[in-house]
Amino acid sequence: MRAAGKILVSAYALAIYGFIFLPVVVLVLFSLQASSFPIPPFTGPSLRWYEVVLSDRRLMSALFNSVAVALLSSALAVALGFLAAWGFARHHLPRSGLMRGLITLPLTVSYLIIGMGLLIVFNWAGVPKSLIAAGIGHVVINLPLCFAIIYSQMGDHQVTLERAARDLGASEWKVLFLVSVPVLWPAIFASFFLAMTFSWDEFVIAFLLTRFDTTLPVEIWNLLRSGLNPRTNAIGSLVFGVSIVLALLLELVFFRRSR
Amino acid sequence: MTGPLPESVSGPLVEIRKLSHRFGTHKALNEVSLNIEPGSYTVLLGPSGSGKTTLLNIIGGFIRPTEGEVLIRGRDFTQAPPARRPTTTVFQDYALFPHLTIGNNVGFGLRMRGVPRAKRMARVKDALAMVGLADAVHKRPHQLSGGQRQRVALARALVVEPAVLLLDEPLGALDLKLRRQMQDELKALQKRVGTAFIHVTHDQEEAMALADHCVVMNDGRIEDQGPAERVYSRPASRFTSTFMGESTLLSGKILDLGMDEIRVDTSVGQLSLAGAGEPGFDVSLAIRPEHITLVPEGSSISLGEATITDIVFQGSFKRVLAVSMKDPSVTFIAKLRSSHGLAVGDRVELYATPADMVLLSR
Amino acid sequence: MSESQSGRLLPWALVTPALLWTLVFFIIPFVAMFVLSFMQHEDGRATFENYRQFFDNPSYWRALVNSLQVTLTVTAISVLLAYPFAWILAEIVPVRYQRLALMLAVLPFWTSYVVRSYSWLLVLAQNGVVNQALTGSGIVDDPLQIANTRGATIIGFVHFFVMLLTLTIFANLKQLSPSYRRAAADLGAGPVRVFLHVILPLTLPGIMVGAFLTFVLAIGDYITPQILGGNNELLMPQLIMMQIGRRGDFPLASALAIILMVVVTIAYIICSRWLKIERT
Repeated sequence: MRAAGKILVSAYALAIYGFIFLPVVVLVLFSLQASSFPIPPFTGPSLRWYEVVLSDRRLMSALFNSVAVALLSSALAVALGFLAAWGFARHHLPRSGLMRGLITLPLTVSYLIIGMGLLIVFNWAGVPKSLIAAGIGHVVINLPLCFAIIYSQMGDHQVTLERAARDLGASEWKVLFLVSVPVLWPAIFASFFLAMTFSWDEFVIAFLLTRFDTTLPVEIWNLLRSGLNPRTNAIGSLVFGVSIVLALLLELVFFRRSR
Repeated sequence: MTGPLPESVSGPLVEIRKLSHRFGTHKALNEVSLNIEPGSYTVLLGPSGSGKTTLLNIIGGFIRPTEGEVLIRGRDFTQAPPARRPTTTVFQDYALFPHLTIGNNVGFGLRMRGVPRAKRMARVKDALAMVGLADAVHKRPHQLSGGQRQRVALARALVVEPAVLLLDEPLGALDLKLRRQMQDELKALQKRVGTAFIHVTHDQEEAMALADHCVVMNDGRIEDQGPAERVYSRPASRFTSTFMGESTLLSGKILDLGMDEIRVDTSVGQLSLAGAGEPGFDVSLAIRPEHITLVPEGSSISLGEATITDIVFQGSFKRVLAVSMKDPSVTFIAKLRSSHGLAVGDRVELYATPADMVLLSR
Repeated sequence: MSESQSGRLLPWALVTPALLWTLVFFIIPFVAMFVLSFMQHEDGRATFENYRQFFDNPSYWRALVNSLQVTLTVTAISVLLAYPFAWILAEIVPVRYQRLALMLAVLPFWTSYVVRSYSWLLVLAQNGVVNQALTGSGIVDDPLQIANTRGATIIGFVHFFVMLLTLTIFANLKQLSPSYRRAAADLGAGPVRVFLHVILPLTLPGIMVGAFLTFVLAIGDYITPQILGGNNELLMPQLIMMQIGRRGDFPLASALAIILMVVVTIAYIICSRWLKIERT
């Protein structure tokens, strides 16, 4: 019974791991062959499609656009979210619950609907489709997230620290930048990183709100029109690799230290 | 703002005038007035909910009172924010900034006041040396023990040379042994720097050990204030007599007056003692445990017979509880020398000197 | 107690930017969408036509039914697969390897969402890995049609949500104090009963939150059904995108979006009983 149970448990865990990794392994494996179709049989290692992808100007400019949109929109979302969280946590405002609910409301609505609403309004207002429009949409989806994470971390302990700073003569802005921000740094960093990943990966809003200059997920989507395509494998694997390196760095530099 | 102002104003350093504060419908402070003298060590003593912390928070500027005024060196600071007051606070959990080194923690207030870096570092060094932590400059708060953090908090608050230092239950987080040790250090430090300290606690032993001026608070009011010794030996109210150490309380009625003397009829008999009052008034007599004896001495009088119900050995003496034979609702609390051979159930006669009894109006 | 020292203006200065942003770029677009859903596409006159169209046209109506079927199936399968997996990670795997095991289990999270769906297409296509393995080993003679079916959509979704749910359920299991388990065992409960009477009830609120999240995210997703399910049968997001992309019919798209939101709201009301437990 004991042994049978152990085998069962191991088999189950391995099966799930297999299921989780199957598509990724296939993606990466078939990005490494020279043939024009990323399908079996595997015809031996080749970096041909990586060269193709890295010299593809459309893909590379989309990559750059994605990074720019992710960095700027996340920075804005964190800044707005932090200020609001600080305001709500430290001051008594009338109808605070209602206003907090309003800020977190976009979390409950699908990206498709947020993107569509923005498209309608931008059309009416004559705002052209652009990376900036997509960035605005990304702030809409990430602001509630950043706000919720940072707000949840504002506890009573920090209140005493801020009091102590005021007591020692700090003005409100000095309290903010010399005490609150450094003390809440883990939450701020985590929400920035999360916002980055969401923006970087976001497709529907960017698809609806950009036209010529676009982000990487939209560009990859355009590649998909040609069906199975080794270029998609190569760029997909690259994105995966870069993300994993970032995640590992984060784990090593950040979470290690906080433990 | 916190540098020494011209000492033209003679009179109290801090003057609190008729402070009242309400949290919603709850009255946390009720017309409290208090003077703090320069260089004094004041302890605000009281149970939780007595308003002592609220009072400290109002002096520190963290709460604006509903009514009343706070004057420091003759200037009205009632509406001033904490940053603009000549006060600093040692918080209960110390509130050391976890992201700053000890040196930068202590230097924070000086930095806010625009003291240049070199001068700041020198003063930080002095302040840390004063509390015996000169070598901790580059450490971080989490690397220090509770007692060390407490000292850093003291140094941080004192380095800006406040007119008044506020301490909010500063020893509450320490274990008993460390607490007694820090008490001594606090007192010595206060004498050395000469800054007025206002210290909030619920521990009467701590209060007696530290206070020049002891302020007993209850239910938003000041029950009693004065030198700790006087407050202990001659409490002004029933509350003080039981909160500030233990007392046996005898309720009674004033019978008649003699020359500087009154006779009080209590359930354990009639007692004469020095005092004044109107015949027919309800009063209480408070007797400290160490003033109750088993044998008559000098001018002591009998309190009647009592049955011992409990004995707790406390080193050189025993704390004895005994129920009066005349009135079973009266329990005597006595501190007797351990050399007395006593047992629970023994019947003993108890004595006390009228001069040691404190007459309290009810 | 009042902590504000810089007057009444500062707190408003802090919260207004976020409120304004939400108002201008979320509330106003939503209101615009709502208004638009009651307008005629051709001439902009007020009408219920868009909603009527949804209820009259069986192919529109069908999309909602498809969406609900797919999403509920995905939610159920994902929870059933993820719970035992998370339990193994939290209870069986030695503590020092747990962090690593969990990191591995969610590693494919880091691929882009679009790429992840595409990867499943590679696996499930006519000439993909699965079919080549099946035909090669002689289990089937002709390749199976998996891609461009509802099955492919479900597999793609389940893949994503098993990872997400493993994370949330794992966190839930780790939050349980071991003393509950010891107390139950101490009182004579065997492992099965400890699980049924202690662990499962205590983790149920967390599971409900995860399941609700799965439902909400899956029902609004366009990418997975579009890449893996193809256009053979439409789900709601595909139907909505079709109105925008091919026909430019924003009023009808808006009405469909509103209907989708109503469905999500109803789901929330149904789940709110359990979701509330989590908050207390």
